[in-house]
Amino acid sequence: MLQINKVNKIFNEGTPDEKMALSNIQLQLKKGDFVTIIGSNGAGKSTLMNIVSGKIFPDTGNVQIAGIDTTTMPEHKRAHYIGRVFQDPMAGTAPNMTIEENLAIAYNRTKTRTLRLGTSKKRRDFLCDQLATLHLGLENRLQAKVGLLSGGERQALSLLMATFTEPKILLLDEHTAALDPSRAELVTQLTKEIVEMHNLTTLMVTHNMQQALNLGNRLIMMDKGQIIFESDETEKQNLTVEKLMTEFQRIRGTQFMSDRALLA
Amino acid sequence: MPEAIFGAIEAGMIYAIMALGVYLSFRILDFPDLTVDGSFVTGAATAAILIVNGYHPLIATLAAVAAGFIAGAITGLLHTKGGINPLLAGILMMIALYSINLRIMGKPNLPLLREETVITGINNIWESIGLNGLFGSILNAIGLGDVLPSTWGVLIVMLIVTLCIKFLLDIFLRTEIGLALRATGDNEGMVHSFAANTKNMKVLGLAISNALVALSGALIAQYNGFSDAGMGIGMIVIGLASVIIGEAIFGHKTIVRATLAVIGGAIIYRIIIALAMRVPFLETGDMKLITALIVIIALILPRFINKLQEKQRKRKRLAELQAGNGGENFASN
Repeated sequence: MLQINKVNKIFNEGTPDEKMALSNIQLQLKKGDFVTIIGSNGAGKSTLMNIVSGKIFPDTGNVQIAGIDTTTMPEHKRAHYIGRVFQDPMAGTAPNMTIEENLAIAYNRTKTRTLRLGTSKKRRDFLCDQLATLHLGLENRLQAKVGLLSGGERQALSLLMATFTEPKILLLDEHTAALDPSRAELVTQLTKEIVEMHNLTTLMVTHNMQQALNLGNRLIMMDKGQIIFESDETEKQNLTVEKLMTEFQRIRGTQFMSDRALLA
Repeated sequence: MPEAIFGAIEAGMIYAIMALGVYLSFRILDFPDLTVDGSFVTGAATAAILIVNGYHPLIATLAAVAAGFIAGAITGLLHTKGGINPLLAGILMMIALYSINLRIMGKPNLPLLREETVITGINNIWESIGLNGLFGSILNAIGLGDVLPSTWGVLIVMLIVTLCIKFLLDIFLRTEIGLALRATGDNEGMVHSFAANTKNMKVLGLAISNALVALSGALIAQYNGFSDAGMGIGMIVIGLASVIIGEAIFGHKTIVRATLAVIGGAIIYRIIIALAMRVPFLETGDMKLITALIVIIALILPRFINKLQEKQRKRKRLAELQAGNGGENFASN
């Protein structure tokens, strides 16, 4: 479903600030795969997400979604295949428009926009049914402006908006990081339910190792622009936070040693 | 005096179309578009030159709308494809249009006296139906017959035209494209992630906005009986004044309400100016200063009132707290 082949990305090339953001990334997701990505700051997690979503383009390598080469396809065209939820709860919705209007915009993600009314009676019933799946009572507040919702509600709505049109790829970029623990738990639970319900192919970045272990069927660890650890479905079931930490130490340790060896 | 007010309402109805255009770019797209100063005249000039050359006034007016649409689209392209800052893109277009407008007219001022225009057309039709007599007799019956004008045609037709445009705009902003356009002004990143091209949305929004402005310019030229290269100076500020006054007085909770408020604001602005003209020491040339002052007051006053209310709230709360803690503190205050 998603294929990332030998992707390289360098920021500020040719300046003293040159930084290898992604180096030789190779990743394949089958239909229904749910991959969680962990890694420290600057590991390249977000850069990888941006390469998939089309916000930035790779220097070399290519990206394929559902067999279509999207390497240089502009962001808004690629969005036909991709659902996204951002870290900032404010980023995924339009605050001065109503819940219904926001959903109507999301409804058009896979379609060409026309001069038909965005919120017809028939469509409203459909959107209402979708909202009801969140169990937040938002279906009774269709005409409320989204700016009035709490961060958790907005993020739940963003998640719904990104998923109910069944995208080929779902990208979740630390989408629970800005929420308080109980809201984060709620959104995590919703994520699990929704991804299972639509069998979505998902790529999720998180800082929370426990969350990375609880969700999804595969896990990758990134550091300094590389994928340094990968666990498949069977391996992942036996992983714990401690095991991940030791694994991280082991790999980082040897890398550190080799660096020292080089300098010596 | 009533005649001046009546004229202000008539003209305000036509300027309201321009204000709706400014509302679209300024509020919906969040794009302060200065093209307006130029495209207003482009509309006037296009309509005027075509009328002078014998074209039907309706065709001339439609051509003006098209010219405004193109001008707005170019501003949009300068910003989206050329990466020029919104304000600068508008200013560049405004300056460029000044020369273009002179070229269209061939001279700085083009009179339309004795030409057949949309306005004379309305008056003629109105005359032939004979509704003026009806209105006149009603007014006579309530004793106002001699102070009010003899023709209602322009006012009523313009009221209908402006309201039609308002309704069309309301509906457009609820269509799939319209929703994406509104979201572009509200949260651009979000619109990207839902597969809409925000660049195209901006170009389309600015084009429609300036088409409305040009329509207003074309009608004002026919209403005043001339087109002038300088008639657009400060038009953006008049548009902003209308939007801000309207929103402050009539509210802007929903689009339907806001567009109505903008029309109301345009009329009120005209009435304020008409009244200001009657102040003995003010001259016609002072009108721009008054316009600027109105906008400044309309922008500052709501903040000031908010602060005052906040202060009062706090003082009240403090008093309540002290009253709860013991009487003597409260008494000493």
